[in-house]
Amino acid sequence: MVNTTQPTADLSPASAVKALQDERLKEVSLLTKIMRRPELGALAGLVLVAIFFLSTADASMFSLAGVMNILSPAAQLGILAIAAALLMIGGEFDLSIGSMVAFTGLVFGCFITLTGWPLLLAIAATFVVAAVLGGLNGQIVIRTRLPSFIVTLAFLFILRGLSLVGLKWATGGSTQMRGLGGEGESDLVREIFSGTALEGLFSWLAAHDLIAKFPNGTPTVAGVPVSILWFVGFALVATWILLRTRAGNWIFAAGGDANAARNSGVPVDRVKTGLFMLTACAAALVAILTVLDAGSTDARRGFQKEFEAIIAAVIGGCLLTGGYGSAIGAFFGAIIFGMVSIGLTYTRFDSDWFQVFLGAMLLLAVLFNNFIRRKVTGER
Amino acid sequence: MDTQAPLIEIRNLVKHFGSVIALSGVSLSVHRGEVMCLLGDNGAGKSTLIKTLAGVHRPTSGDFLVEGQPVSFTSPRDALDAGIATVYQDLAMIPLMSVTRNFFMGREPVRGVWPFRHVDFDHCDTVTREEMRKIGIDVRDPHQAVGTLSGGERQCVAIARAVYFGAKVLILDEPTSALGVAQTSMVLKYIHQVRSKGLGVIFITHNVRHAYAVGDRFTVLNRGKTLGTYAKSGIQIEELQNLMAGGKELQAVSEELGGMV
Repeated sequence: MVNTTQPTADLSPASAVKALQDERLKEVSLLTKIMRRPELGALAGLVLVAIFFLSTADASMFSLAGVMNILSPAAQLGILAIAAALLMIGGEFDLSIGSMVAFTGLVFGCFITLTGWPLLLAIAATFVVAAVLGGLNGQIVIRTRLPSFIVTLAFLFILRGLSLVGLKWATGGSTQMRGLGGEGESDLVREIFSGTALEGLFSWLAAHDLIAKFPNGTPTVAGVPVSILWFVGFALVATWILLRTRAGNWIFAAGGDANAARNSGVPVDRVKTGLFMLTACAAALVAILTVLDAGSTDARRGFQKEFEAIIAAVIGGCLLTGGYGSAIGAFFGAIIFGMVSIGLTYTRFDSDWFQVFLGAMLLLAVLFNNFIRRKVTGER
Repeated sequence: MDTQAPLIEIRNLVKHFGSVIALSGVSLSVHRGEVMCLLGDNGAGKSTLIKTLAGVHRPTSGDFLVEGQPVSFTSPRDALDAGIATVYQDLAMIPLMSVTRNFFMGREPVRGVWPFRHVDFDHCDTVTREEMRKIGIDVRDPHQAVGTLSGGERQCVAIARAVYFGAKVLILDEPTSALGVAQTSMVLKYIHQVRSKGLGVIFITHNVRHAYAVGDRFTVLNRGKTLGTYAKSGIQIEELQNLMAGGKELQAVSEELGGMV
């Protein structure tokens, strides 16, 4: 923020100090301040992509229904990407998150069908299983000092395989488990984890002709899918933690230089283990949301999501080497992802261009981040 | 508490790493308002010694007293809590993080109740700018990354951080070894300033000139043993240099090169 107030005639010491500080602060140009934000690249990318689709795609893409279409896949990916971003800032990778989605989906399915537990208990138990697995990942990485890339790559295969084996065991030979939707049942927990929210608001908006509606008066978009609200909420909480809390400072420190952080009294091992648990729990959240939405789970859930999440985090400004990045950047990165993957179907382009686009985005983002990092640290 | 007791005193400290004897009986002491220079060539055991004082290693045997009380540290945190702050050669600073975030790293002041507990970064910024101003570094923007500071400035930030967080003893591990002349004098001046505040400083270096410029007493370490401790009044710079390098060889080389070493 540029301070435009003029120094007043008040010469009390307090105001003198204030004026002195303001004068110093002005020397940091606005541009430098903006450049210092890690999510700048993602925001710029989002604007570019939006302009591209505004000029090439069918107008219905940016209708309310179209935006929900874009945000739904973005939300699922985004929840993973934000967790992956925090872990990356903390200096580690987790390649097992995609498989973790499939495995925790299976675990959740088993808790529902085999134990007959109430939904809340099944959800809580699934998170516990995920946290234990994430903690295991973290402990192996910390104790062996092996790169997390390799350790979690192993878990990518282990968990994917276990999901297949487990599904066949639980269903008697099928790789899909059905009947998990709990149709007809309705309680608060289910409301929080499935379906849409804010229906009242949307009905009201439709009644006042503010959004599109069917001839019978119900809105064409019944409400916001809960996954989108989870996505936005998680992005806000993660950003707050990263920028405003002690844990956030420890995450930056652990990723920036683990040794230096340890010497300064930062509990690096605890921070990293916690982050691995967080990514696993984010995967479990996505699993629960998708299982309740689809009423089924299968062994291909979350396939290759680990790469997409890391790409979204990098587009969002995270450095592969750790210590730098942002959660809100990963939020934008995931929306770019959703916009491109869904948006191409609204254009005359073949949707297989998606992957080309993705690779190009990633390369651009990495080049841009590298440039910014040099700017920020004054490296030459 | 005995206020006359040295801040740190070690007697016959021994440290073995398996079959390697890194320290074989080191004794030294540091008092309030004193700069104690620890001199020694590579492999003399300086690093092992300071890591033992900083709580990274545990001594195999020997006495380790802080203000007259025997202590046994199990982690760097214990040493910090006892008021022994170490500024490592690699600085324990993170280049990508802002000056403020580095300054308060590991000791962030929090406020509010969980889950709304957060760090008051505005307060942190003010403190950082103020502390930097005191040591003559004009940090215009405490949000700027530490990577943009010069080596001397970083060293001073690290020392200022230790002082701010209530260190009684500062252990400085070769703070001037990678610095140019102007930056070295900036750091030496600051060490002088810290001493006048009544802190004890252990200044590790292998540059005798830097040591002689600020030191009150000198302990020379060689092959894991203390060769002796000398007051500034009792020893000349050349003598110190010879002791440190083990005498004769350097003398010979020095004469060959016209006394320039």
